[in-house]
Amino acid sequence: MQEAHPLAETAARFIWWLPTLPLIGFLINGALALAATAKPGPADPSADHGHDQSTGPSHAASDSHAHGDDAHPPRHRFARAVSVVGPGVMVLAFGLALAIFAVMRGAEMHAPYINTLFSWMPVGDLQLDAALQLDQLSMVMVLVITGIGMLIHLFSIGYMQDDPGYARFFAYLNLFVFSMLLLVLGANMVVTFVGWEGVGLCSYLLIGFWFTEKANADAGKKAFVVNRIGDFGFMVAMFMLFANLGTLNYVDIAARAGQFAPGGALVTTICLFMLLGCFGKSAQIPLYTWLPDAMAGPTPVSALIHAATMVTAGVYLVARTSMLFSIAPVASLTVALVGAVTALFAATIGLKQWDIKKVLAYSTVSQLGYMFVGVGVGAYTAGVFHLVTHAFFKALLFLGSGSVIFAMHRAYHAIHNHSDDAQDMRNMGGMKRYMPVTWVVMWVATLAIAGIPPFAGFFSKDEILGQVFARAHGSTLASATYLGVSGATVLYAIWILALAAALLTAIYMTRMMLYTFHGPNRTGDGAQSHLAEAPWIMTGPLVVLAILSAFGGWLNLPETVTEMIPLGPTAVLEHWLEPVVGGATERIAAGSAHTAASTEQVLLGVAIAIAVAGIALAWTRLRPSSLVPKPLAEPSTGFQKVLENKWYVDEIYDVSVVKPVYATSRGVLWKFFDVGVIDTLFANGSAALARFLGWVGSQVQSGQLGTYAWLLVIGAVLVIRAFAQAGG
Amino acid sequence: MNGLLAAVHYNTWILTTLLALPLAGVAVLALQSRAAAGADAAAKMEIARRTALALFVVEAALSVGLWWSLDYSSIEWQAAVTLPWIPAWGIHYKIGVDGIAVVLILLTTFLMPLTVLGSWTGIREKPFAFYAMLLLMTTGMLGVFVALDLALFYVFWELMLIPMYLIIGMWGGSRRVYASIKFFLFTMLGSLLMLVAILYVAFKTGGASGVPVFDYDLLASSAAYPAQAALWLFGAFFVAFAVKVPMWPLHTWLPDAHVEAPTGGSVVLASIMLKMGTFGFIRFALPLFPSAASDPAVRTVMVTLAVIGIVYGALVSMVQPDFKKLVAYSSVSHLGFVMLGLFAFTTQGMQGAVMVNLNHGISTGALFLLIGMLYERRHTRLFDEFGGIARVMPMYAVALSIVAFSSMGLPGTNGFVGEFLVLIGAFRTVPVATTIATTVVIIAAVYLLWMVQRVIYNPLARRENAVLHDLNWREVGLLVPLVIGIFWLGIYPAPILNRTHAAANRVIERVGGVPEVNPTELTVRQ
Repeated sequence: MQEAHPLAETAARFIWWLPTLPLIGFLINGALALAATAKPGPADPSADHGHDQSTGPSHAASDSHAHGDDAHPPRHRFARAVSVVGPGVMVLAFGLALAIFAVMRGAEMHAPYINTLFSWMPVGDLQLDAALQLDQLSMVMVLVITGIGMLIHLFSIGYMQDDPGYARFFAYLNLFVFSMLLLVLGANMVVTFVGWEGVGLCSYLLIGFWFTEKANADAGKKAFVVNRIGDFGFMVAMFMLFANLGTLNYVDIAARAGQFAPGGALVTTICLFMLLGCFGKSAQIPLYTWLPDAMAGPTPVSALIHAATMVTAGVYLVARTSMLFSIAPVASLTVALVGAVTALFAATIGLKQWDIKKVLAYSTVSQLGYMFVGVGVGAYTAGVFHLVTHAFFKALLFLGSGSVIFAMHRAYHAIHNHSDDAQDMRNMGGMKRYMPVTWVVMWVATLAIAGIPPFAGFFSKDEILGQVFARAHGSTLASATYLGVSGATVLYAIWILALAAALLTAIYMTRMMLYTFHGPNRTGDGAQSHLAEAPWIMTGPLVVLAILSAFGGWLNLPETVTEMIPLGPTAVLEHWLEPVVGGATERIAAGSAHTAASTEQVLLGVAIAIAVAGIALAWTRLRPSSLVPKPLAEPSTGFQKVLENKWYVDEIYDVSVVKPVYATSRGVLWKFFDVGVIDTLFANGSAALARFLGWVGSQVQSGQLGTYAWLLVIGAVLVIRAFAQAGG
Repeated sequence: MNGLLAAVHYNTWILTTLLALPLAGVAVLALQSRAAAGADAAAKMEIARRTALALFVVEAALSVGLWWSLDYSSIEWQAAVTLPWIPAWGIHYKIGVDGIAVVLILLTTFLMPLTVLGSWTGIREKPFAFYAMLLLMTTGMLGVFVALDLALFYVFWELMLIPMYLIIGMWGGSRRVYASIKFFLFTMLGSLLMLVAILYVAFKTGGASGVPVFDYDLLASSAAYPAQAALWLFGAFFVAFAVKVPMWPLHTWLPDAHVEAPTGGSVVLASIMLKMGTFGFIRFALPLFPSAASDPAVRTVMVTLAVIGIVYGALVSMVQPDFKKLVAYSSVSHLGFVMLGLFAFTTQGMQGAVMVNLNHGISTGALFLLIGMLYERRHTRLFDEFGGIARVMPMYAVALSIVAFSSMGLPGTNGFVGEFLVLIGAFRTVPVATTIATTVVIIAAVYLLWMVQRVIYNPLARRENAVLHDLNWREVGLLVPLVIGIFWLGIYPAPILNRTHAAANRVIERVGGVPEVNPTELTVRQ
C-alpha cells in the first residue's frame, strides 16, 4: 500500500460496525419473533393428524388476527426487549455515523477509504472482496439512512404496539437498514448488489407483512418481481463492465473509465442496462407500478423504505457511477427525460387518488423523477440534495399520514366499525381539530414539497430546475444528439415537464391537506369522539422531521439567494461532494456559460410563482365540504376516471405481458411440448420398444429387470467381440 | 489436523473405505432384517433407520478429512489408488480425486444422513430394503466421483441407477410404475450408447497390443481418434450425461420421477444423482474429447440447449399446480446454468458451474425435504390445498423462505455465488446467450415467490391447515445444517473456490479455453 489513508486509525475503521449493528438487531429480534410463536410438533408428524382438531396451535392461529381486526391481542411477549433492541441498534449506528462524520470533516480526503473485510469470490482474474468504501457520498447516505431510520424505528414503537408481529416487524426493519447500509457502503458493484437485493427482500417481506391478506402478499411479490426486472439490467451491466474493464471495484472503474470511447455505444449500453436497474428500484416509468401497491405494508415501512431510502438507491447508483454516465450523454439524457416524464405522469395520477397513502406514493414516484432529472443532467449534487430533503419531508408526510391512519383505526376500532376504510380521505376531514401537532407538521412538509421558500424542498427543487436550464445553454449534453433531436431541445423539454410537475405537486398536496385536515369531519358520529392525537413516541419524530424539512435547505444554499439575503454558507453540500462527483459534473457541464444572476433570479421567481399558484388554485377551487364518503360518491367519468384508474397501466401490463407469458408457458411449453411432443415421441416410443424387447426377453427369462440386465450383457459381449475382431 | 491425517495414512485408505462402508452396511442390514423377521413393523423401522443413520454418520465423519488432507493446487490425482482388477482386459481399480470431485463427495456424504432423517417416519414399508438401496446407491455415486478407469466408472454408473429405479418403483406414489420405467428407459438409452463409446475408445487406444485401455489418464492424454469419430464419441457420452443432467429436451423423465419418488428418493435424485451428468461432462466428456467439445458447432448446440433449458424450465415451473413438479422443473433450469458455465470455457464459468452443482444439491435437497414434511402432514402436494400456514408453522415458514430465496439466487445465499460466477464467466465468451439466461432471475422470482405465497401466505382458509403442527426437533435438526450451508457458501465461498480452482483450470486448458489463474498463485510460481 502507498501512504496511509487519512482515515486509517480513526473511527472510520469501525465502519463495518455500521451494517453489523442492525444485523445484530435483526438476529435478536428474529430469534424473539420465532421464540414467541414457534412450538415444535410431535416426533411423528403424521401420528395424530386429523384426530386432535380441538387442541394444538389452532387457537393461537385464530386469535392472532391481522392488523385491524376486532380483538385487542395482548402485547407481544417480548415487546419490551424488542423495543430496546430494534431502535437501540439504530441509535448506536447513528451515533457511530456521526462520529465517523466528525472525523471526516476534519480530514483532507481525496480518495475513498476502503475497508476490506475478507476475500469473497476469488476466481482467477475476478478477485471480489467483501469490502466497504467510505467517501463523501456514502457518508451522506449513511447519515440519512441511520438518522431517518432511527426516527422511524422510534415512531414504530407506537405505531406497531398492538401488532402480534411486533418482533418480526422490527427484525425486518433492522435487516432492511443492514442491507441499505451495505448498498451504499459497498466498495464494488457486487457488494452494492447484495444490499440492492437485500433491500428488495426486506421490502417484499414488509409489504406482505400482514400476509394472510392475499392482496398484501400479491403486492409484495409484485414489488420483488418488478425489481428483479431492474436487477436483470444491473447484472448485465456488471457483466459488461467486467468483460471490458476487468474490474467491478468503483475505484478501479473510475481509473479505467478512460478506456471507453466517450459517447460510444459500449459505455452507453452499459449505462442503459444499469438504468434499468435504477428504474426498477426507484420506481420510474416503465417499472413504477409496484410502488403504489407497496403501500399495503405498514406505514412506517412506506416512510423508511418506499420514500426516504430504498427507492432512492437508483439515484444513488447513478451518482456513484457518474464516471460512466458523464461520458455517456445519451444515457444521461435518458435518465433525465424518463425522470421528467415520470415526474409529470405520476403527478397527474396523484391528483385523483383518494387513499392518503396512494397520493403520497405517486408523489414519491414523481419526486424520484425529479432526482433523476438532477443526476441525469449531471447535476449530481442537486440530485443528491433533493434526495436528502425529500427523505426529510416525505418521511414526515408518510409518518404524518400514519399518525392520521392510526387515529382513524383506533376510532373505528372503538365503535367496531370494520367496513369503512381508515385510509380513504373521503372518511377524514377536519382532522386538525383532533390532531393539531400532526396537522402543523404535515403543513410544513407540504410547503416543503410544494417548493415554498424557505422550506427544504424549495432549494433542492430549484437547484435541479436551474441546472437543467443551465445545461440547455451549453454542455456535452446540449451538444449531443438524442434520437435525432438536439440535446438542448430535450433539455428544454425536460425543464418544462419538470415545471409542470411542480405545479401539479402543489395542487395534489394541497388537495390532500384540505381533504384530510380541513373542512367538516366525515368519520361518522360515533367514531368522531374517539379521534385523538398520537402518543409522544410518534409525534416526537414528526417534530424532528418537521424541523429538518423546514431548515434542510441550509445544506446547500444557492449563491443567488445568499447574495441577496445572507442566510448562511453557500453550497455546503456541493463542496462536500466535490471529490466524488465534481469531475463528472465538470465533464458534463463543459462549455456551459455561467447563467447570469438576473436570469437565475427570474428562474427563482418562476419556481416560487408556480408553487404558490398551485396551492392557491387547489385552495380556491376544491371544496372539502362537498365531499361525500365513497359509497355515496358519484363515479367519475371521462379523463377523471382515467386518472383515478392510474391510466390503466396495470391492466395494460397484465394483458400484454403477464397473461401471454403464463398462457404460453402452460399451454405451449408444458401441456403441448413437454407432455405432448417429447413424452409421446421419446417415452411412449421407447415404451413400445421396451414392450417389444420385453416380449423377446420373456422368451428367455422372466421379469423385466432381468431382461435388461441380460440384454446389457449380451450387447456388451457382442460389441466387444466386434471391436476385438476389427482391432486384431 | 493435517499431521494427524498423515500419521494414519488417511489418503491411502479413505476413498476405498468410503466405497466399501456402504456395501458393508448393506450386509449389516440384510443380517438385521433376517434377525428381526418376527418383529412388528415399528420395531423393524426403528432398527433399520438407526443402523442406516449410524452408518451414514460414520461415512460423513470419515470423509471430512478430505477437506484438509489433499493438495488442491496440485494437478496430480489426490488420494489415488491403483490396483489391477482384470489385467487381461486392461481394467484397473484406479481411483483418485481432484477438488471438484471432493466437493461433490462431501456433498454426498453430508446429505445422506439428512436423507435418512428425512425418511425417518415416511418409510414404513420394507425399511431394511429401502435403506439398503440408499447405501448401495451411495457406493455407486461416490464411485462415479472417484473412478479413474472407464470400466470401473461404468460399473459404478450402473450401480447407482438400479437402486433408484427400485426406490421409485417400490416406495413411490400411485403412478410409480410408469415413472420408474420412464426413468429407467431414459437413463438406459444413454448408458448403452456410452458403453459402446467406452468400448470403442478402449479398443481403439489399445490398438495393436490387443489389450484395451480403460485408464482415464492414458485416454485423456492420447485421444488418437479421428475428429469425426471424436464427434460421435462425444455424442454418445453427451446423450448419457445429458439425460442425467437433465438437459432439454431429455428432461421429461425428471418431473415424473420426482413426483412419484418418496422424499428420500427425490432428495438423492435431485441433490446428487443429477450431478452425475454435469460431473460426467467435466470429468469425461470434455477432457476425453476436447476437439469435439471445443468444436464451434458443438459448443453452439450445447450453449443453446443450456439456455433453452434455463428459460424453459423456469417458465414451466411457473405454471405447476404441484409443489414437487415445480421444484423438479426448476432443477432443469438450475442445471442449465451448470451447462452454460461449463461450455463457457472460462475460469469463472467453470468454477461457477461447480458452485451451482453444489448449491443446487443443498437448496433443492432442502426443498424436497420440506415438501416431504408437508406431505407427511397433509398427504397432498397441490398448492391449492395449502395457504396461510406461516400462521401455524412459523419455523417451517422461515425454513421454506430461506431455501426459496437461496434457490432464486439472492445475494448472501449460496445460490447467488454460483449463478453470478456462471453468468459473469459465460458473458465473456457467449454474451448473447448469457443475457438471455440472465432474464431467468426474473422468472425464478415469479415461480419461487408464488410457491412461497401459495404455501405459507394468503388466508389460512382450510380447517386441515389450521391444525397443522410445526416442525419437530428432528425436522429442525436436519434443516439446520442445510441452512448453515446456504449462508456459509453465500458469504464465504472462498474455501470451496480455492479448492476447485486448479481442477477447473485443468479442464479449461484441456479444451483450449483461457484459464485465469489466481494472482496469489502467480506470485508463488514466479
